[in-house]
Amino acid sequence: MAVTLTVNGASRQVDADPETPLLYVLRDHLELNGAKYGCGIGQCGACTVIVDGEAVLSCVTPLLLLEGRKVTTIEGLGTLEKPGPIQQAFIEEQAAQCGYCIPGMMMRAQALLQADPSASEATIRAHLEPNLCRCGTHMRIIKAVMRAGELMRQNSQSGGAT
Amino acid sequence: MVPMVMRVLRILAGLAILLALGAGAFVAYAWHSAIDPVEPPDRAGFDPALVSRGAELATVGNCNVCHTAPGGEPFTGGLGIPTPFGTIYSTNITPDPETGIGRWSEEAFIRAMRKGVDREGRHLYPAFPYDHYTLVSDEDNRALYAFLMTRKPVAATPPANELSFPFNMRVLLAGWKALYFREGPFQPEPNRPEEWNRGRYLVEGLSHCGACHTPRNRLGAEKQDEYFAGAEVENWTVYAINASSPAPVPWNADSLAFYLRHGWHEHHGASRGSMAPVTANLGSVSEADVKAIAAYVADVMGSPGQERLTRGEAAVAAARKEAEAPLAMRANTAGNAIGEAIFLGACQGCHDGRRPVPFGGLNFHLSSAVNAPNPQNIINVALFGLPAAKGEPSAIMPAYRSVLSEDQLVALLDYMRDRFTDQPAWTDTRERVRATMNGEREVPIYRMDGTTQAPPETSMRTAPWP
Repeated sequence: MAVTLTVNGASRQVDADPETPLLYVLRDHLELNGAKYGCGIGQCGACTVIVDGEAVLSCVTPLLLLEGRKVTTIEGLGTLEKPGPIQQAFIEEQAAQCGYCIPGMMMRAQALLQADPSASEATIRAHLEPNLCRCGTHMRIIKAVMRAGELMRQNSQSGGAT
Repeated sequence: MVPMVMRVLRILAGLAILLALGAGAFVAYAWHSAIDPVEPPDRAGFDPALVSRGAELATVGNCNVCHTAPGGEPFTGGLGIPTPFGTIYSTNITPDPETGIGRWSEEAFIRAMRKGVDREGRHLYPAFPYDHYTLVSDEDNRALYAFLMTRKPVAATPPANELSFPFNMRVLLAGWKALYFREGPFQPEPNRPEEWNRGRYLVEGLSHCGACHTPRNRLGAEKQDEYFAGAEVENWTVYAINASSPAPVPWNADSLAFYLRHGWHEHHGASRGSMAPVTANLGSVSEADVKAIAAYVADVMGSPGQERLTRGEAAVAAARKEAEAPLAMRANTAGNAIGEAIFLGACQGCHDGRRPVPFGGLNFHLSSAVNAPNPQNIINVALFGLPAAKGEPSAIMPAYRSVLSEDQLVALLDYMRDRFTDQPAWTDTRERVRATMNGEREVPIYRMDGTTQAPPETSMRTAPWP
């Protein structure tokens, strides 16, 4: 079954079984390896991507639900040379230890900050609840998300992209 | 002619006198005097043993569930309770003297529980389930009073009730009571076992199971001839817990007791909706009381016939088979390729039965939800998921509201009904999906941990990870 979806701004056609998890489509068909396979059953958040503005667990989201939808992965937020605000903030705060959960953390935080760049720490904590970090770098992750919110607010004041 | 007129007049006069007498009797029946306010009693004056018994009774009674607003302080009220007549807000039952029940004497508290009348003598709305609480013994009411009066007093005033005319007139409640309210206390049946009587006392009284599990008539009273026949509350389907229970594996006293205590059972899945805080509460009270509740409810359900037992065994066998060979789960049901693909991609990974409940999803061969009279509970859980208990391991489920379209969810529900039950297709699936997705049906989502009590022991694992 061929499904057409938009991934990081580009229209992509994927030919795969309709039940194929989006995570496999991203990693195996589109070679976007940012989203990680953690538990495979939607319990850890490592595979989080953004679909139409909302954080979604790509390991339990079958391909056929993505027809015509807009998917954003960590690769769509910035580049090595020009990282997006959330990536910049995670680098500045050195928020990763092993780093495996970080793309999922960033994508869920990005979904929140896109809707509300002034989200409070309490809101950030509640919003990131579904994402687990076994290294325990939560304090830095929260700091990084707060900083990313600041960067986004500065960018929007100076007319830059968020 | 004249005698005729006289006769008519006499009849009219007689009727008028009867009416006046009736109205007088009604007023006498309806009227309750105020009970004088008291100085808030000294907290140290209550016997600690009585307070702790009251704490457990309050937990069995789920007082915290309605008398706490989301994110609010326990027992300070303010939760909006939707009814067909408007929204009723729960009251502050902390001992705050101005906004709570700090100036209520023990007598006033017991009268409220027994007769549904507040300290000032006003009729209470039966959203406060005094049709059940009337059965609570004086002794237990004294313990409840001691517990509540030793809570932290918090000043909090709930919003005013939003009831349309004439339901905003409390005096009408006297009529409602005359029709439907039978005053307690509980009378045990002497030829029944003690555990059965204890169970019935709790189920009919403090636990007020019928408040959700028995359907209500147009005036909001429980239909006694449809006892425990199931209903719909807060846009969650409440299952029948009588002989028409939709559970594929028939409940028994043991499975009920386990479920009520832990919030899940391997053959029935996890509690959710407003049952989640109930099982959270029952996880922290005496095991004997939970067993008594289970024994009584199991008796109401009756012992299943051979046909039902066989069907239950078949359901367990079908679930086990799929757990052993999950990749062979493609059933290609009725050509519903969309429903099947969504099920395989989104649901099967957890619901194949390979991981034990509650951390693994229930295999739907065992599910009451797919056998229920409507698909509402699956709609709710599919769209909004199950949030994790705070700081505790618990059953969870991701929310799919941002990726499922109306057509896709309808296809999924049709597929599940077709594949996992022998029942006819649901008839109102699309209407319910649409109304839930567009917010017309508001669905409250409860965490497993309720609001104030210890979380349930969902961390117990019944088998090692495969």
